[in-house]
Amino acid sequence: MAKAHKIFETHLGALSMGIVAVISLGGLAEIVPLFYTTATTEPVKGLKPWTPMALEGRDIYIREGCHVCHTQMVRPFRAETERYGPYSLAGEHVWERPFLWGSKRTGPDLARLGGKYSDDWHRAHLYQPRDVVPESNMPSFPWLFQNELSGKDTLAKMQVMQSLGVPYTDEDLAGARHAVRGKLEIDALVEYLQQLGHANPAVK
Amino acid sequence: MNADQLTPFWSMWVAVITLGVIFGCLALLLAIRKSEPHKEETDADTGHEFDGIRELDNPLPQWWYYKFLILTAFGLLYLALYPGLGSYQGLLGWSQEGQWQAEMDKAEQEFAPVFAALAQGSADELAQDPEAMKVGGRLFRNNCAICHGQNAKGAYGFPNLTDSDWLYGGKTENIVATLNGGRAGMMPSFAHLGDETIEQLSHYVVSLSGRAHDINQAALGQPVFQQNCAACHGGDGSGNQMLGAPNLMDNIWLYKHPNLTVRDSIKLTLQNGRQGQMPAFDRLGQDKVKLLSAYVYSLSQ
Repeated sequence: MAKAHKIFETHLGALSMGIVAVISLGGLAEIVPLFYTTATTEPVKGLKPWTPMALEGRDIYIREGCHVCHTQMVRPFRAETERYGPYSLAGEHVWERPFLWGSKRTGPDLARLGGKYSDDWHRAHLYQPRDVVPESNMPSFPWLFQNELSGKDTLAKMQVMQSLGVPYTDEDLAGARHAVRGKLEIDALVEYLQQLGHANPAVK
Repeated sequence: MNADQLTPFWSMWVAVITLGVIFGCLALLLAIRKSEPHKEETDADTGHEFDGIRELDNPLPQWWYYKFLILTAFGLLYLALYPGLGSYQGLLGWSQEGQWQAEMDKAEQEFAPVFAALAQGSADELAQDPEAMKVGGRLFRNNCAICHGQNAKGAYGFPNLTDSDWLYGGKTENIVATLNGGRAGMMPSFAHLGDETIEQLSHYVVSLSGRAHDINQAALGQPVFQQNCAACHGGDGSGNQMLGAPNLMDNIWLYKHPNLTVRDSIKLTLQNGRQGQMPAFDRLGQDKVKLLSAYVYSLSQ
């Protein structure tokens, strides 16, 4: 025993490799099997890829840091399913790159936001949250109503998603730039928000 | 077997690694314990010395050794009771879905009779029941106030529920239908009529509710109104609740823009059209829908 101890204690390389080997056992048991389970690799029934506008909206969501205060993960607790809707499933997120689950819940969870409010409400709310929710501490985003999208990178973004396994068709790709060019950022963001949670069987 | 579960191979994989790590750590601990040259506290050192500080060759501390054994036992017990080893479900049969379902069932058992008792009778009767209205008010503030406001007086584009003007009818059965199915109002754009005609039309529309207007312009607008607007808003402009077409004679303006006059707001509406949208709330269940409709009805009484 003392001999083995001495090897690790006096050889930095052996010690490093030993540490890596021990730590990787956790990943091998907890992470690797998830790559081979249908629950985490197969999309749920009815899951549709983001439309080009929604995909741009999603990037605006990331740019403005929405995920810093809003989660997209309804956990299986009654308090959450009563408030937000059915709990999230792994299969709803298989095409999400990166995931926007978030971890800090300053604002409400958004995983089931789609269809909950009208487009007009979202516009009013994003322009000035306190116009519709007086006690809100969310920032306002007036510039979204001025910035136009060029659609310059939309096709490239969709191609990257396609190469990662999102089933965009050639037709989707062909119309991508046209669908986005000249539209306002607010339109893209609202389209994204209205598509959130669309694939859960319990959501109409 | 649930299709979402691990295949037998990966199930074994997880179980073997997990148990291997636990027993491996245990074996390492026992081997070290056994190979200790000194079983009691000692002054002998391991040969390590730096700057006059020597590493004594003491045995593992007793408290640490037994804590390790207890935690190992705890881990094994946990893995026996709860699902942790691949597809093994655990002796307790616990699952997060099961726990959620149990929570839901308990709440259903506890609260469903409460709501059912509150929702006894017709919605019109409920509107007279202070206890039911207290609950209805809470449901309103949780679900409706975000658009219609805490005081239900609405806002630009969101109808005021406390007045006597109803887009889709103000009887309780109308309100129940609105809550169950949602509503999609749709006024097309009339930009193709041209700015001049829209100006005339706007004068005519404000004249319907007796607001200040230019008589000549309104007279020019009247035939245009009959041609383009009367189909939905009616020949006299009194609206149509079947279509959700607003009454234009009551001087209540859903789309009065905060920064524009009524007539300029109407021009904006004519230029761009309007898409009013109310989501459905049937997910609340019929008892709550009934309570809510009674509450909304009571607001305008």
